[in-house]
Amino acid sequence: MKKTFELEDLDCANCAMKMQEAVLKIPGVKGCEVSFIKQKMTLEADDADFDKILKQAVKTIAKVEPDCTVLL
Amino acid sequence: MKYKLTKKQKKMLTRIIIAVVLLAVIAVTLHFVEVPWWAELILYAVPYAIAGYDVLKTAFINLIHGQIFDEKFLMTVATVGAFVTGEYPEASFVMLFYQVGELFQSIAVGRSRKSIAKLMDIRPDSATVIREDREIEVSPDEVEVGEIIIVKPGEKIPLDGVIVEGASTVNQAALTGESAPVDKGYSDNVISGTLNLTGVIKIRTTSTFGQSTVSKILELVENASDKKAKVENFITKFARYYTPAVVIAALVLGIIPPLFLGIGSWEIWKEWLTRACVFLVVSCPCALVVSVPLSFFGGIGGASKDGILIKGAGYMEVLSKIDTVVFDKTGTLTKGVFEVDDVHPNLISVAELKDIAACCESFSSHPVAQSIVRAHEGHIDKSLIGEVNEIAGKGVKAVVDGKTYYCGNGQLMDMCGAKWHDCHLTGTIIHVAREDAGVVDYLGHIIINDQIKEDSEEAMRSLKNAGVKRLVMLTGDKKSVAENVANKLGLTGFFAELLPAGKVSKVEEMLADGKGRLAFVGDGINDAPVLMRADCGIAMGAMGSDAAIESADVVLMDDKPSKIADAIKIARKTMRIVWENIIFALGVKAVILILGALGIANMWFAVFGDVGVLIIAVLNAMRCMRRLNK
Repeated sequence: MKKTFELEDLDCANCAMKMQEAVLKIPGVKGCEVSFIKQKMTLEADDADFDKILKQAVKTIAKVEPDCTVLL
Repeated sequence: MKYKLTKKQKKMLTRIIIAVVLLAVIAVTLHFVEVPWWAELILYAVPYAIAGYDVLKTAFINLIHGQIFDEKFLMTVATVGAFVTGEYPEASFVMLFYQVGELFQSIAVGRSRKSIAKLMDIRPDSATVIREDREIEVSPDEVEVGEIIIVKPGEKIPLDGVIVEGASTVNQAALTGESAPVDKGYSDNVISGTLNLTGVIKIRTTSTFGQSTVSKILELVENASDKKAKVENFITKFARYYTPAVVIAALVLGIIPPLFLGIGSWEIWKEWLTRACVFLVVSCPCALVVSVPLSFFGGIGGASKDGILIKGAGYMEVLSKIDTVVFDKTGTLTKGVFEVDDVHPNLISVAELKDIAACCESFSSHPVAQSIVRAHEGHIDKSLIGEVNEIAGKGVKAVVDGKTYYCGNGQLMDMCGAKWHDCHLTGTIIHVAREDAGVVDYLGHIIINDQIKEDSEEAMRSLKNAGVKRLVMLTGDKKSVAENVANKLGLTGFFAELLPAGKVSKVEEMLADGKGRLAFVGDGINDAPVLMRADCGIAMGAMGSDAAIESADVVLMDDKPSKIADAIKIARKTMRIVWENIIFALGVKAVILILGALGIANMWFAVFGDVGVLIIAVLNAMRCMRRLNK
């Protein structure tokens, strides 16, 4: 499953890159793109684990950039 | 352009203003009043905290998470370092300046994003559908195929369909970049995303919203980042090493020299720590990381305004390096429609010959016959036409105004015994002869050809001007016809009588011996294998054609070959801006690093090297969005 989420207060492009890298490292993530310009994150993972992985991704993003929140 | 500040930005602005006022008051007061060093420290720490408390907070959280190469953390280390070395005003001002820069950056980037989003603002919000004789406004998603929708003047056409009632003019600029409106009437196809200008029209939909042209285009442009450009990957990699490298350099600079120059001297430690702080401030690669994708995004957005859809930054890069353009003939360089090229009469006038031929052919549905009828100016008086006989494979024999005419190929002329001759021009030749009281007269011939598009010649000229070296045409058509078109357009080469597989192998040959990149231009319907094989596949005339949108890398919405040169120009401009930004940002940072290491550049330089460079790079990137001057 591939889903796109909006991000709020994503203020720096370098952080977007770091978020993407960090999310890609989560086990089970098949693909992830954090676009600073679109202020969006696209996450791809297996249907069965998607919700679990999404939660982890949200946590990871908060770790990299505390100001930025994922709009679910 | 107006831009509304977000809540966060407003709050930041307020904090900055308070800090500026406080700092000014403190600086002026301390100019006249002597206070002990600790009092000075506390005084300067107040505006510092007001301006930068969120930076400190984030830095602290990041430290806990082990994110030590974060911009805010580095900024904190740098300013705290300045406090430690006794540069209280500098520390305060640098933090303030940094925050002003951040705010500026946030506004500049926000604005850029808004205007790019606006470029793509072709999505229709609602559709008025007729259900049970009532007009209901619904979301375009809810309209099904075959329903009747009504579109009033000034509204966007929400779904692809066919006009069943009414007539109007439609502005297709949002999709094609062509600003001249097009007349649409009963049974004409209309395309979603275009603007209805003058009349109320009822449309029977032929696609769902998800399948409509506008959705396809939006999807394509929004996902254009799928294929990344090499420079983008380079910047990503570079950023990964740049920050740690600069931070390590800062550590080395702050510790090693004092060990040798005077381990016991606070003055020397202070001096080198200041230099190290300069390094920390310029260690963020943000200017590159933001401006490169922003430039590509802007370029792709700007090109889409001109009806040129580029499927990714990677193709932008390829487009900019093209030196060979290979064309399919029919439908790409030519209209794919037969038209009368020339009329060579014998014994009678041009008008008379056209008149006779049109009368003879007026009952035929053959494309060649229809082209003759189209070429006839004025009304064809069908009451004058008597018996018409089609002679298979040869032409027609028709009685017009009491006389018998033959209209067809050379065989027909032989059959009727006319003294005909061939034409020096290439194309399809229709001969005309008259039989009157047993005497057969040859009346001349009409030359019919697939017409070269009006702007094909101009397109070739601008491609040559743009430095494209090889312009090659591939066609399945006869050699004589191909040669004729190639000469008229000034192509550098052509290959005729090719089967589809032959086209692929020709392209492969050219790929093998070319230096630059190769683009193939086709109509996207039967050229898919070649489009895929070329470095860059360009499909033309994609209005309403899904096949083209899917198989090509670059899609031209209308039929104009001149857009290819525009696409190359846009790509080159974008690449130039990308490189300008890379060189500018790296150059300034390198200079500041060198001057900083030598102790010439202070914190002020450093903050400029960080946020100043970023703002300039973003503003420069925005130029990618602008359309070409015409």
